[in-house]
Amino acid sequence: MKSLSRLMAVMRKEVRQMRRDRLTFAMIFGIPLLQLLLFGYAINTDVRNLSTAIADEANTHLSREFVARLNATQVTNIEHRVNDAEELEAMLESGEISIGIAIPHDFDRRVVDKTRAAVHLLVDGSDPTISGIADKLRLMPLAFDTGATASQQDLIEVRNYYNPERRTPINVIPGLMGVILTMTMLIFTAVAIVRERERGNLELLINTPVTSFELMVGKVVPYIAIGLVQLAVILVVGDLLFQVPVRGSIVDLYAAAGLFIAANLALGLFVSTIVKTQFQAMQLTFFLILPSILLSGFVFPFDGMPIVAQWLGEALPITHFIRLTRGIMLREASLGDLPGALLYLGTFAVIATTAAALRFSKRLD
Amino acid sequence: MNSDLAIRARGLTKQFGDLRAVDRLDLDVPRSTIYGFLGPNGSGKSTTIRMLCGLLTPTEGSATVLGTEISGSATLLKPKIGYMTQKFSLFGDMTVLENLQFIAEIYSYPKQQRASRIDELLDKYDLVQQRRQFAATMSGGQKQRLALACAVLHKPELLLLDEPTSAVDPQSRRDFWANLFRLAEAGTTILVSTHYMDEAERCHRLAILDHGVKVADGSPQELQDSTGMHVIEVLADNPYHAQAALNAIPAVVSVTQLGIRLRVLIPENIGEPLELVNASLEAASVPADSRVTAASLEDVFVAVTLQPERLAA
Repeated sequence: MKSLSRLMAVMRKEVRQMRRDRLTFAMIFGIPLLQLLLFGYAINTDVRNLSTAIADEANTHLSREFVARLNATQVTNIEHRVNDAEELEAMLESGEISIGIAIPHDFDRRVVDKTRAAVHLLVDGSDPTISGIADKLRLMPLAFDTGATASQQDLIEVRNYYNPERRTPINVIPGLMGVILTMTMLIFTAVAIVRERERGNLELLINTPVTSFELMVGKVVPYIAIGLVQLAVILVVGDLLFQVPVRGSIVDLYAAAGLFIAANLALGLFVSTIVKTQFQAMQLTFFLILPSILLSGFVFPFDGMPIVAQWLGEALPITHFIRLTRGIMLREASLGDLPGALLYLGTFAVIATTAAALRFSKRLD
Repeated sequence: MNSDLAIRARGLTKQFGDLRAVDRLDLDVPRSTIYGFLGPNGSGKSTTIRMLCGLLTPTEGSATVLGTEISGSATLLKPKIGYMTQKFSLFGDMTVLENLQFIAEIYSYPKQQRASRIDELLDKYDLVQQRRQFAATMSGGQKQRLALACAVLHKPELLLLDEPTSAVDPQSRRDFWANLFRLAEAGTTILVSTHYMDEAERCHRLAILDHGVKVADGSPQELQDSTGMHVIEVLADNPYHAQAALNAIPAVVSVTQLGIRLRVLIPENIGEPLELVNASLEAASVPADSRVTAASLEDVFVAVTLQPERLAA
């Protein structure tokens, strides 16, 4: 009973201080909103309109048809026509174009000759996405309605499930949700205890009957509420601006988010008990946020990463959360379909909170 | 076993790496008294207080606070101790009232009496006007009164005050001490550290700490009576020259200047100290009046903290 009232006292104090800290309060809504707008519009893996130059030395009926077909893919945007391959190289080097297409003067003959390439594709390999595109262009079937048909039928037909229109925001936002929650939750709590240590409040607090556990939980619970509010902001904005669907159950989504938020807050508290200053806390949080973005499957497909990176990724709560959100929001999965992710997040939260409470002894030495 | 002692420490020691902050400290603090810790910065005052309230673990030795061994159950002691930190440690972004309410909740002060207890404290510590003011915006004296109000809110048996008056003006200091006497009369034991002589003089008993070692303890009167020193006051028009002449006497342990007066300490085993002083002043042809006087607390402090080095030299 006493313990509960002390817990409530710590929570009330946290909320009161948070409300008075205008910038922090603004960040609760500002961070998800800004990031969502920024990344929702900016991150676009669906590459179109790459600036392209063509050197058509053949200039035959066949070569012109080839160029027209290339244009129809919308991947390339033919901005320049030049005389020869050397000019293409110069433009590529200056960064004027991303792709150069050189059609040799004997193009018509090469099309039928299987031993020689008909077209040379000059690609800016310094950008991994663009060189990936080039590989796809290479496979473009050449089915000409002239007699000289050189095409072989594609063996594999790609069918895109869950995101048939290939709209990037639909892929990005469920992951972005994890990144935003990681950032705000981790930073808020990592700073929470250190700030009181720096201001001297901690010396007073640990001389009162309040226990480590009450202090930890009292600090975490208000932020769980904030995390859930942030989630609502993301979902509403995601729906209004980017038509990101929630195909599964919203209750499942909130349950998964609740666990994920708890795991991050616990990790933040643990950070808070290790560091001595707010500056150190920020550095350590950043150290955790970068892999959360890069190794979680948010940016790069998880299966494509080296095995060691996958292990690291598996250790991060966000990796499991992204699996849950993509599952629930896009594939209409339920929590029961993803028990591993759920179990990991729960275990992580419990272990990290315990570790934080153990590390935070009520002594100064 | 010693129920009349609020604090009993034996061989209390705290080591920070190579630094021995507190060295084998024995301490007996009777109940309902104001006990002073006098010592320069870094003498181990704060470290001792922090060990007594369970913030730091002693490296060696033991202490019993209010009948409870400190190494074991710090949690049992917390509700009985009030602690005022050296640095203001309440919440600057909360008002006076909110701070008091928070402390009342943390100490589980009975709900029905909370409001009346807070009103009583606001009144007693002259904070009624400031009750809706943010703590961070208050003056040093107001902050200190709030800190004391928070430290005594739950009516602790023992109050530990770590240099409570270091950031306030003389008037606030006087008022603060009046409050302390009131609390002691009501039965609270108070352990207060300070580096002000006038404050030390107000304590019922005090211990002088130097480099982590207790060099003297007793009531201010006892300490003044047992310095083991002759104290000679020299009145000179040119105290600077007089001081040079006096420092040349091998038996002189210390010369302290107070305006145009000099206080000279000479060990008790030296015979005829006044003649010694006068002779050397005459030899240096410095006109001065000298007389034997009683030791002040400052003399005591100088005597016990400087003695070892000076005597060894």
